[in-house]
Amino acid sequence: MAANPMYQFNVYRIGPEIKINNIDISFTNASLFMVISSLAILIIFNLGTKRSIIPNKIQLLAELSYSFISKMISDTAGSKAKPYFSFIFSLFMFVLFCNMFGMIPYSFTVTSHIIVTFVLAAFIFIGVTIIGFIKHGLGYLKLFVPSGVPMVLLPLIVVIEIISYLSRPISLSVRLFANMMAGHTMMKVFGGFVVSLGIVGGWLPLGFSVALTGLEILVAFLQAYVFAILTCIYLNDALNLHH
Amino acid sequence: MLKKIIFQFLALSLIFTYSAQSAESGGMPQLNPEFWISQIFWLVLTFGLLFIILSKFILPKISNNIETRKSQILENIETADKQREETEKKVQEFDKIINDTKVEAKNFFNSERQKVLDDINNKRLSLEKDIEKEIIKAEEEIDQLKKTSQEKITKIAIETSSDLVKQLIGEDINKSSLSAIVEDLSKKEMEKHNGI
Repeated sequence: MAANPMYQFNVYRIGPEIKINNIDISFTNASLFMVISSLAILIIFNLGTKRSIIPNKIQLLAELSYSFISKMISDTAGSKAKPYFSFIFSLFMFVLFCNMFGMIPYSFTVTSHIIVTFVLAAFIFIGVTIIGFIKHGLGYLKLFVPSGVPMVLLPLIVVIEIISYLSRPISLSVRLFANMMAGHTMMKVFGGFVVSLGIVGGWLPLGFSVALTGLEILVAFLQAYVFAILTCIYLNDALNLHH
Repeated sequence: MLKKIIFQFLALSLIFTYSAQSAESGGMPQLNPEFWISQIFWLVLTFGLLFIILSKFILPKISNNIETRKSQILENIETADKQREETEKKVQEFDKIINDTKVEAKNFFNSERQKVLDDINNKRLSLEKDIEKEIIKAEEEIDQLKKTSQEKITKIAIETSSDLVKQLIGEDINKSSLSAIVEDLSKKEMEKHNGI
């Protein structure tokens, strides 16, 4: 049972079944880890708000991540994206903490579920589109018409642009989900090799597993960063329409 | 060679795991829609709460902290600059005061020395004058004494020699011839005495 590398992604109910209007919204292990990640973020950053001129370690951490994300936003989306700072900050922290909590053995990776990442990506997509239309009106459709393209190619380019724009939520969600799932599956598979090859041959996959753990921690950070920075880039398209 | 061994190991272990898992049904739990609604609900709930709490309570505090630190640092640098300027001014004043006092002390010393020197000179001059006067007086006295003593000596010599002659011979001799002899002798003697 536990040897199945996909078993770790199973969602199961914790506690009683909760149903509203015949819709199942029971508390599951996925919900548990969402709550744990959010609480961890809130606790860490709340500890980092002590008013002292010389920061302690947690305050330093909080302030460094604050300036890191604020720099990321101002670099990619400019100063107009300041109002969306707290959303991107929460997004980055949520994805990062979910990824990182998934690295603990026997835990559950929230972001390895397509539905979670897709909801986030769809929300970003819809939000960015609405912002774009509010800021530029119908002029936002110019996004699909790049300047300096020959008239002959224009219909084709517009179609490609529209498809690429519409595929944004899918690419954004699948990127995170697939990275998380593939990494965790691979670790599980190598872990299975360790067990099945035993004390004689199990050392090689064990070494791989150790190396993969390091890689996965890197990927966990990197995917959260990529998720946040792509959000910034989409926001940049919506806020500063220069094509 | 090593590659081959690793590859064989991997192939072998793949076969093992496949045989071990063949009994179970595969598939991705992610694509099972049973808990999708629940996941969406809890995601919206937790992420929404996280976003609200972070944006309303925590992030403003952090940005406030960063801002106050920045302004505090700027303020501190400003006051440090001001104080440095002040100290520089003070040091200049201090140097000036020290220079002034040095010059004053030198002047004072010089003037006092000049005064003392003048005083000494004056005193010496007056002393020298006095001494000269005294010397002149003394010389005059000596000269007078010399003169009077010579006359007296010649008189005494004449008298004594006349007395001696009277006692020796028993009769008076012409006083004028005697005095001529005595004067002559005394002159010779005086010349000898004065080293002429």
